[in-house]
Amino acid sequence: MLELSFILPYVLVMAGVTYLSRALPFSFFRKKIKNRFLLSFLYYLPYAVLSALTFPFIFSSTGSTATALVGTAAALLLAYLKMPLLVVALASSAAVFLSSFFLA
Amino acid sequence: MASSREKRLSFSAGLRDGLPIGLGYFPVSFGFGILALSGGVPALGAFLISALNLTSAGQVAGLSFITAAGALTELALSQLIINLRYSLMGISLSQRLSPRFTLPHRLLASAFITDEVYAVASSRREPLEPAYWYGLACPPYLGWTAGTLAGALAGDLLPASLTSALGIAIYGMFLAMLLPPAREDRAVLFTVLCAAILSSAVSLIPVFSFLASGLGVILCAVLAAAAAALCFPRAKTPEGEEAGRA
Repeated sequence: MLELSFILPYVLVMAGVTYLSRALPFSFFRKKIKNRFLLSFLYYLPYAVLSALTFPFIFSSTGSTATALVGTAAALLLAYLKMPLLVVALASSAAVFLSSFFLA
Repeated sequence: MASSREKRLSFSAGLRDGLPIGLGYFPVSFGFGILALSGGVPALGAFLISALNLTSAGQVAGLSFITAAGALTELALSQLIINLRYSLMGISLSQRLSPRFTLPHRLLASAFITDEVYAVASSRREPLEPAYWYGLACPPYLGWTAGTLAGALAGDLLPASLTSALGIAIYGMFLAMLLPPAREDRAVLFTVLCAAILSSAVSLIPVFSFLASGLGVILCAVLAAAAAALCFPRAKTPEGEEAGRA
């Protein structure tokens, strides 16, 4: 096991850089953006980030592509039906858990 | 000034929206706790990493520096690149803050920007209030830190079928955030498909393996959002309304 005194400098550097990259633009950027392209870009960005975070990583999120596909299908169906976030999240986990007894 | 009743309502509305994020984070950070433990990081160290960073890709990258005893300057550079998306998100959010979001609030609140918190906050119609933001940030922060600690302490005790099933929860939540708007707006559907195809290509085609996973994701997202902005520019929003969120 590594000593805390060895880990601490790494943790502090990580935390410092991460905080500054969050805090500086959020705190000091005060201009209202008027540019149409930029406004459109910022509108689409959260959807793009979520999608790029999900695919393809959802397929390897359970340790088995087969059960991940079952979980993805369950999530897609329930999300398409506009179920609440938590319902979709837990139902996809449940689908993975149940299917893991049949698909190894 | 908002009355204390308004603040309470705003805070609890935030809590409600943040709850699924927090529950989604728990299994993910649980996995991070197990990962940290297997890399030789003690439970307290894993907890500190999560409590001070609150980010998935950056922490996983940081962990690899710790276990390899890498250089601190290179660690800083990698964190800067992986976390660039938070800077973009910060600029995007800064367009939508209520006047009550003063500098001290901004300095505190910014510590809780994550991909999911950003996505939920920016899908709100009304300007962001500090009370809403803090409510929104609480469950993810608690879920992330508690999950890490639980994973580092008890990861080996749970059956593998359960821990691996929890791994998909956060992605299920992402899909639940993406599909309803994509059903209603072809431009959003285009954005989602573009980003998914690009990100899959970058992560599956070996040529792109030089991109760290956090960097690859942000590049794909930026490209997809730029393509959507070119193909489907948004109509100018009426005076007084915030940057036209759906």
